[in-house]
This record gives sequence, C-alpha cells and structure tokens, in this order.
Amino acid sequence: MNEAATVNSDILEEAASLRWEIGDNMHDSLIESIYEDAAKIADKVVTKIGEKPRFNWETTLDKLLTSRIFGFPLMVVMLTLVFWITISGANVPSGMLASVLIDQFHPMLKSLAATVGLPWWLDGLLIDGMYLAMAWVISVMLPPMAIFFPLFTLLEDFGYLPRVAFNLDNMFRRVGAHGKQSLSMTMGFGCNAAGVIATRVIDSPRERLIAIITNNFALCNGRWPTQILIATVFIGALAPAALSGLVSAVAVVSIALLGIFLTFLTSWALSRTMLKGEVSSFSLELPPYRPPRILQTLYTSLIDRTIIVLWRAIVFAVPSGIAIWLLSNIQISGNSLAEHIINFMDTFGLFIGLNGVILLAYILAIPANEIVIPTILMLTVLSAKMAGVGDGAGVMFELDDLSATMTVFQAGGWTLLTAVNLMLFSLIHNPCSTTIYTIYKETGSVKWTTLASLLPVVMGLVICFVVAQVWRLLF
Amino acid sequence: MTTTSASQSCAACPAHNLSNLKKLGVNMTSWDYVIALAGNPNTGKSTVFNALTGLRQHTGNWPGKTVVRAEGGFQYGGSRYKIVDLPGTYSLLSTSTDEDIARNFILFGQPDVTVIVLDASRLERNLNLTLQVLEITDRALICLNLMDESRRHQLHVNERALARELGVPVVPTSARHGEGIPELLQAIYEVASGQAVCKPHRIAARSKELQAAIQRIATNVEARFPGLTNARWVALRLLEGDPRIIEAVRTGELAELVTSKPETEAMPKAAA
Repeated sequence: MNEAATVNSDILEEAASLRWEIGDNMHDSLIESIYEDAAKIADKVVTKIGEKPRFNWETTLDKLLTSRIFGFPLMVVMLTLVFWITISGANVPSGMLASVLIDQFHPMLKSLAATVGLPWWLDGLLIDGMYLAMAWVISVMLPPMAIFFPLFTLLEDFGYLPRVAFNLDNMFRRVGAHGKQSLSMTMGFGCNAAGVIATRVIDSPRERLIAIITNNFALCNGRWPTQILIATVFIGALAPAALSGLVSAVAVVSIALLGIFLTFLTSWALSRTMLKGEVSSFSLELPPYRPPRILQTLYTSLIDRTIIVLWRAIVFAVPSGIAIWLLSNIQISGNSLAEHIINFMDTFGLFIGLNGVILLAYILAIPANEIVIPTILMLTVLSAKMAGVGDGAGVMFELDDLSATMTVFQAGGWTLLTAVNLMLFSLIHNPCSTTIYTIYKETGSVKWTTLASLLPVVMGLVICFVVAQVWRLLF
Repeated sequence: MTTTSASQSCAACPAHNLSNLKKLGVNMTSWDYVIALAGNPNTGKSTVFNALTGLRQHTGNWPGKTVVRAEGGFQYGGSRYKIVDLPGTYSLLSTSTDEDIARNFILFGQPDVTVIVLDASRLERNLNLTLQVLEITDRALICLNLMDESRRHQLHVNERALARELGVPVVPTSARHGEGIPELLQAIYEVASGQAVCKPHRIAARSKELQAAIQRIATNVEARFPGLTNARWVALRLLEGDPRIIEAVRTGELAELVTSKPETEAMPKAAA
C-alpha cells in the first residue's frame, strides 16, 4: 500500500516537472485546440438553408427590452400589467371561494359539531381556529396565485428573466454585488426560500452572502396578498372607481420597486462594510426567445407552484389559527391574553405609525406571512370590541365587502398612515421561518442567519418610524 | 449490424418500446444503469429529464436554472435506469462549483451513459463542452435537442455526419414537443447495454512538446491503472495541476474507476 503511494507520487512528480518544461501557455493552447476542433466539426455538419430573413424580430426585441432608455421602464410597465391583471382578476373568485368556504361551510360545520355534541373549546379550536385559518388562506391566496404564477412562468418560459437580469446587472455591479444576484432576486419574487437556494449560481462566497441577506427585500408570494388587499382597501379607494384597480396596482409595484431599491442599498452598504471585496465578472447568455407552451405552463405552474405554496401556507396557518384562538380565549383578569399583549405593544406600535394589533399579527405570522391579514382583521375586531362583526373571540373571518373591511379598520383606529406603514413593514421585516431555516442551511452560519433575520426588522422599524414622524409633521 | 429475427426487430423498434417506457419519478430503489445528463446551460436538459422520468422538475428559459443535481428514474425495455440531471456548464475545466459537480459526476459517478444535450441551433459553442466530455468518458451519446429551433433559424444539421465526427450516436430531438424521445431511449439502451460501441473523438494537442508530455504520462498512468479508458485525459489534467485528479492518483482512487465497472453489467438484457 505504502509502496503504491510512492510509486504513484512519481507520476505526479514527473507531471510537475513536465509542466515546467511546457510552460504557461499550455492551458490556452489546449482551449484553442478544443475551439478549433469544435469549429471544424460544426462547419462540416451545419448548413444554412435559404436566406436569413431580413427582419430579425429577436434582435429587434432584444434591442428594445435591454435598451438603456427603454429597458427599465418596459420592465416596470410589464410588472404593473401583471399585477393589474392579478388584482382585478382575483377579486371575483376570491369572493366566491370565501362565500362557499366561510359563509356556507363554516356554519354547516358548526351545526354539525353542535349535533355531535363537541365541547365548546374543541369546537372552537378545530372549526374556528384550524378550519377558518385554512379557509382564509385558500380564499385569499389561491386566486391571485393561480393568476400570478402562470403569468410569471409564461414570461420566464418566453425568456424575459435573463433580460431583466441583463438590465439590472450593471446596477448590481456598481453596488459591489454579483450580476447574477438579479436572477436570485427575481426568484425571490416567487418565494424567498427558493431565491436563497438560487444564489448557488453565484460562486464567490462574499457576493453570495450579499445575495442571501438581501433576498428578503424581493417581495415574496406570501406578502403579495397583504400588499394587494391593503392597497385596494386604502389606496385604490382614494381614486375614482374606474381607476382604482390600476392605482392599487401602481401602489403594489411601488412597494416592489422600493424592495429592489433596498436590495441595492443594502448590497452597497454590506459590500462596503462587512463584506468588502472585488466584484467578479461573469458572462450571461441571453437565451433565444421561445414561444411559451401555454397549456404546459398553466399545468406546471398550477400544480408545482400554486398548490405547493398553498399547501405550505395551510400547514403553517393551521397551528397559527390554533395559537390565535387560544390567545383570544384564555382570559386573565377579565381580558383575553391577546388583548393584554396588544395593549402592551400598542404604545410602541403607534409610535412607529403601526399599532399593537399589527405587531402581534407579525409575531404570530412568523411561520407564514400569508396569514398576516386574517390575523389583523380578527385581532382588530377583538380589541375594538365591535359588535355584530365576525363570529366571536378568536375566529378568523373574511369580509366579502371591501367597505366592511374598511369599517373594521376604522373602528380599530386605522388611518392612511397605518395602511402605508403596514405595506412598508410587510416588505421590510424578518424573513419567514422557512426562509430563515434555508439561509441557515445554505450558509451554515448562525452569525449570518441572525444578521439576515434581524437586519430587515430593524430597517423596517426605523423606516416606519421615520415615515410616521414625517407624516405627522405634514398632516 | 447483426441479423435479428422478426420478434427481435419488433422489440428493437422504438415505437414498440415506447409502450415499455415506465416513468418512475423519484421512486428509485434499485437500478441497472445510471444515466447522466450533461450540456450547456439552457439546452433543455431538464425538459429531457422530465420527458424521461415523468417528473415535473421546474424548467425555465434561463441559463443556470438547475443548481443542484436532480435525480429520477424510468424503466425501459426491462431495465431500470437512474437518471441524473447535471447543472449546465460551458466547460469542464473546473472553474466553478457547477463545473466541479458536473465533471466529478461524469468521472467519479461512473454513469453507464452520459447523454450530452446539445442546442442544434448553436452547435459550435455546444461542441466545446461535448469534446471535453468525450475526453473523459467513452460511453456517451448526443441528444441533438432544439431541432425545431434550428429549423426556425434555417439551419440544417447533418446528424449522421456529426455522429461520424464525434464517434458516438447522435439522436435529433425536440424534447419540448416529445419528438425523438423514443429514439433517444433506444440509443440510451444500446450504449448502456454495450450494443453500440463508441469511439469518441479525442482532441489533438497542437504542440509537439505537449503531445510528447501527454504521451509519457499517459503511458505511465495506463501501466499503473490498467483498463483506464481516459488515461490521456488524466495525463492532461495532471499536467495542468488539477488538485482533484492529483488527489485521485495519489490515493489510488482512480483504480476504483476501473475495478468497480463490472463487465457483466454491460451484457445486453433481454427485452421484455
């Protein structure tokens, strides 16, 4: 054995000495021979049939989509269009699902439970806690996802994503990050956990960490419904009815763009402080435009993305539903536990332009951002002690009518500032627990995971505070 | 090649055998052959992978989509195949993690067949990687994918000439539309079972000194590791100072690549 090792090492020594004799240009000359052979073979086997068409629409389209002047505005227009279709298309099916799952099924389950004779707490825990949490998540999330994901996948299939990356590459380079971060960021718009995994395309550990830490600023799927609902209720309502859908879409896109801006800002700050280093270069191939396969895209994006994300949301929403129900039904000196916590956090919440309800909802929603809105609604009704709305303590509910939602918010003391700050905070807070776990798995470091989790919360609190102060000065 | 009876011809016909394709998804417990899918980024490897396994691994029109290797399985003609979708790379010269993953799997994972997926409309660029893969393994075949796109670009690729130049089977496909998949399956079976013998193209070193140096080391490597099919390539990597290969020579790991390839497995299996 020992002998074999020494015999083998003489091959290595010989190779090492020959390496010196041959000199440096061996690698280059080798690559040259590969290229030369490849060119020869390609020349032999490929023939052009006929003339190349004079008008090449692919080149023309590329020039437009990646142009310095039009590239970025076209991207914004495209995003707005996608969200506008999502927002205006999701309202009707959302309402239908809610009326079936919540208005019809829920009373049926309740009366069934009464017939069987379930104890009140078990009935509350299972039906008001678990079932309603699930029903809410399905009716709020399924329609926008079923519209948004196929649209996004079609753009991806067509070949638009690398063009976005191309447009953003220069900016990422300027802030000291890797151009491929634009790809992981784009993935983050679907799901941050997926975006964090996608940073594997970045080789340099420094740039990869920047991409991981800032991925949370890409507004993920779990947060779209929050943005869409608040934008529709508060901001869309300010505009005339015909324009409200478009205005809401613009508000949502602005938040998404703010997220992109914060990605650049944070990358810049990190690459100048904790993660200093050189920017590595890379080549990005712009793939050909391919006609998207409509049916297949619909199928895969519905099955793979929509159903899987929805399932994850339900899995996380069910325990949270139980937690909410328990918090609202455990009474301490006349008030529920939830009310105590809300009162405790209200002062700080109002100080930064939010309120105790929103802060508690965010703590409860760490497992899944998807349930922030139902939790907020339920807790608001609870703490404002509204009569005749909702079904009782700890019951998540949905209001079919946007104006009814507005009434609840107003009863809870909400203003336009609360809405704006909620949208901001929804963009800028800690990643969900799945993403945190993924970050830990990818970096293998507690330090970076902690930083990636805490940095956005601190930034979110500071930004909300500043906005609240400026707002109160102005109005 | 060989004379076959009528029933055998039937079994060998791609149309017949497609009905024998059983997509196994990820439910793989044992397999007869391991297939690796290699190729440039964005040539449709994941689409081919999905067509064979019935899995729906997410495909997307952008380079660098597959960052981890995905595995799946299928059963065809009585044999069970495990198929590994490698990350797309432009070369195997080991400059990044993706290239390392792909290179190490083709070399140390010892796939029975390496399917190189090429973009027919960008042949020259794709051939750079192909030639490098063919240096490492002689059990390979070409899946000339995106034929629909090359037709759209008014290009004609002579696949028979390509097969002659490269010394391995070439199967034209449009995996997006399922075209050529039966023929691909048949070709995989033939290479895996040893029915089709490959004599892959090897790159000629241009300088005489280099050629002599490669020859000297390759002879020594061959003597030390008899039966190694890519001694020339190993010699080249040693000359370049590739740390992973140096390690494999020092520890004798390279010898395992020869011994752990049982020849009996290469015997053709009876088609069901």
